[in-house]
Amino acid sequence: MTEHHSNPYLPELATVTRVIEETPNIKSFQVVLNDPAKMKKFFFEPGQVGQVSVFGVGESTFVINSPPTRMDFLQFSVMKAGEVTAALHELAEGEQIGVRAPLGNWFPYKSMKGKNILFVGGGIGLAPLRTLILFMLDNRSDYADITILYGARTSLDLCYKQDLKEWAARSDVKLIQTIDAEYPGWTGKIGMVPNVLKEIAPSAENAVAVTCGPPIMIKFTLQALSQLKFTDDQILTTLEKRMKCGIGICGRCNIGDKYVCKDGPVFSLAQLKDIPSEL
Amino acid sequence: MAHSGFIPKDNLNSVIEALSKKARLFVPVEEGDLVLFKPFAAGQTMCFSRPANLPPKAVIFPQSDVLFDFNLKKDMENLKKVEVELKENLDFPSTIIVGCRPCDAQGFRIYDRVYLEAGATDPYYKGRREKTTIITLTCNAPSPGCFCTSVGRGPADEDGSDLLMTELPKGYYLEAVTDKGEAVLKELGLADGSAYREEAEKAQESAAKAVRKPFASLEKTPEKLIGLFDDQQFWEAEAAKCISCGACTYLCPTCYCFNITDEQAGSRGERIRSWDACMFAHFTLEASGHNPRPSKAQRLKNRVGHKFSYYPTRYKGVTACCGCGRCIRYCPVSVDISEIVAHVQGAQG
Ligand SMILES: Cc1cc2nc3c(=O)[nH]c(=O)nc-3n(C[C@H](O)[C@H](O)[C@H](O)COP(=O)(O)OP(=O)(O)OC[C@H]3O[C@@H](n4cnc5c(N)ncnc54)[C@H](O)[C@@H]3O)c2cc1C
Ligand code: SF4
Ligand code: SF4
Ligand code: FES
Repeated sequence: MTEHHSNPYLPELATVTRVIEETPNIKSFQVVLNDPAKMKKFFFEPGQVGQVSVFGVGESTFVINSPPTRMDFLQFSVMKAGEVTAALHELAEGEQIGVRAPLGNWFPYKSMKGKNILFVGGGIGLAPLRTLILFMLDNRSDYADITILYGARTSLDLCYKQDLKEWAARSDVKLIQTIDAEYPGWTGKIGMVPNVLKEIAPSAENAVAVTCGPPIMIKFTLQALSQLKFTDDQILTTLEKRMKCGIGICGRCNIGDKYVCKDGPVFSLAQLKDIPSEL
Repeated sequence: MAHSGFIPKDNLNSVIEALSKKARLFVPVEEGDLVLFKPFAAGQTMCFSRPANLPPKAVIFPQSDVLFDFNLKKDMENLKKVEVELKENLDFPSTIIVGCRPCDAQGFRIYDRVYLEAGATDPYYKGRREKTTIITLTCNAPSPGCFCTSVGRGPADEDGSDLLMTELPKGYYLEAVTDKGEAVLKELGLADGSAYREEAEKAQESAAKAVRKPFASLEKTPEKLIGLFDDQQFWEAEAAKCISCGACTYLCPTCYCFNITDEQAGSRGERIRSWDACMFAHFTLEASGHNPRPSKAQRLKNRVGHKFSYYPTRYKGVTACCGCGRCIRYCPVSVDISEIVAHVQGAQG
């Protein structure tokens, strides 16, 4: 490695220590920076992202979905979508990747203290929420009720099955799982996330909702939340834009005068309403 | 008062030749119909009579730039084990640009705020920028399309230049703007030029008066653009002729967006950044197939919006267009950004 550690384009080398098959097209990668001193010093906030490289193929953006309270490794979950993600899916334990992290802003977890927290996730959209959920569970007394509504197309498409099992077993977490349509062996709820949300009708009183998922789910979830009287300040979400530099320079991820890589990816609905409609 | 110098007409080539001994030199050279910035070579004919077709932005922000090399080293004992070696090169040669225009120099100032001043620093840009001295030729007469005075600049604007050079009937009047410029003046050991100051200022003023004014002021333009954001009809009309060729952005001294890609041959490769442009559909296309800017009207809106609204909003009112007029002169279908801004200002909403 060179000595110019201030070069924001130079990835840290890292080793994949574990690969978990989450769903037929999503894998989670646990990685450790090769330099133990850097791994020890590495710090990030829940919601921040990283640029992960497969050398020779390229870089793509993924949220660090392990929490900063558990720093044995960094976890990225990758849905196979194109070139870099396909190359990542080929990786085995022990292989080398590059990581530029942490990038972007994070969930305002301090101002969420003392509140009831409602998580609404769909598919791979649980990834950014997972960081915050685990962080809050590791600081459980700081938060009031924690409700997690998670949905996927089929039961095979649910990520983090181990986490789901643990959350379901906890008495201080309310977990509701749903899938879009009947599936052999499924005993949980059936229905689209926004509909289930309306059905369970959580109170907006002293609450913050954090949502992430495919655009169409977000759209109807926001409508459902507003019917439930959540105000725009009470709703947080993360945005996705095609990114390259990740540091507000390459000009690729703007929506009006905001850069998703720098001003985001976390935004409140109130902030989103202030920026041009270009999602 | 800044130091000044004077170069008699016949001496210009020998002065430039002398400069080329001190640093890598880029000068405007005629190539067919085009004027381009090229490394200086003795005996070359330089063209100072009109602005170059391409600004010298590539001297500091190359069209294609290696960020680092990587080398994948297989462990012969255990072939599955690969070690990665990364190597960056942040050594840049001393460089002088001679004969760009004030608008081109201004372009670098527009980059500076993004690449040096707003958070993360770009070490490649910084390294080259610090090592580069910019000797600018002030404009004696505007070219077709120029509208620098309407965006708050002018034919003798010194912001971004280290040394300003004004052509007069008998020779070139030089005035230092920065310490770097002072240093060059000193090294060249030129005769004092203060006797020509007044003449130079007159020439600069008359050039400024000759620049066309497509719109009176930029006040309220950032807000107006946001107000028109959802007016699809307005943008479709403005973009009707555009063929999404991207020429406007590649020729623009203030466009700075880039892509990053890997290129590999065998076990070695490079991570490269290359100019990219928001006028192309793939610029925002996501892996899922979703594209936040699928139409050329939305892309043109982003280009105009970035220069006249988003950038000024981020950077205290500074417009990210220096009015060089290149995108107007060379657009194959005559899309005119100054006209679009005039329409924005006149539009209801
Ligand atoms: C803030 C943020 C967080 C994300 N978190 C996750 C995550 O935790 N898990 C996950 O699976 N996916 C995540 N994504 C989406 C993921 O980055 C893209 O699916 C991925 O970049 C596709 O890369 P590719 O090379 O396989 O696709 P290709 O189609 O081959 O893409 C080529 C290039 O386009 C860019 N690109 C394409 N689509 C997207 C996209 N939707 N978003 C950003 N860049 C894109 C990439 O930079 C890539 O190098 C996130 C995106 C953002 C912006
Ligand atoms: S140069 Fe003209 S035609 Fe080409 S992308 Fe720009 S505006 Fe469109
Ligand atoms: S937008 Fe056009 S006029 Fe403005 S700086 Fe760029 S090329 Fe010149
Ligand atoms: S990814 Fe480069 S500006 Fe956001």
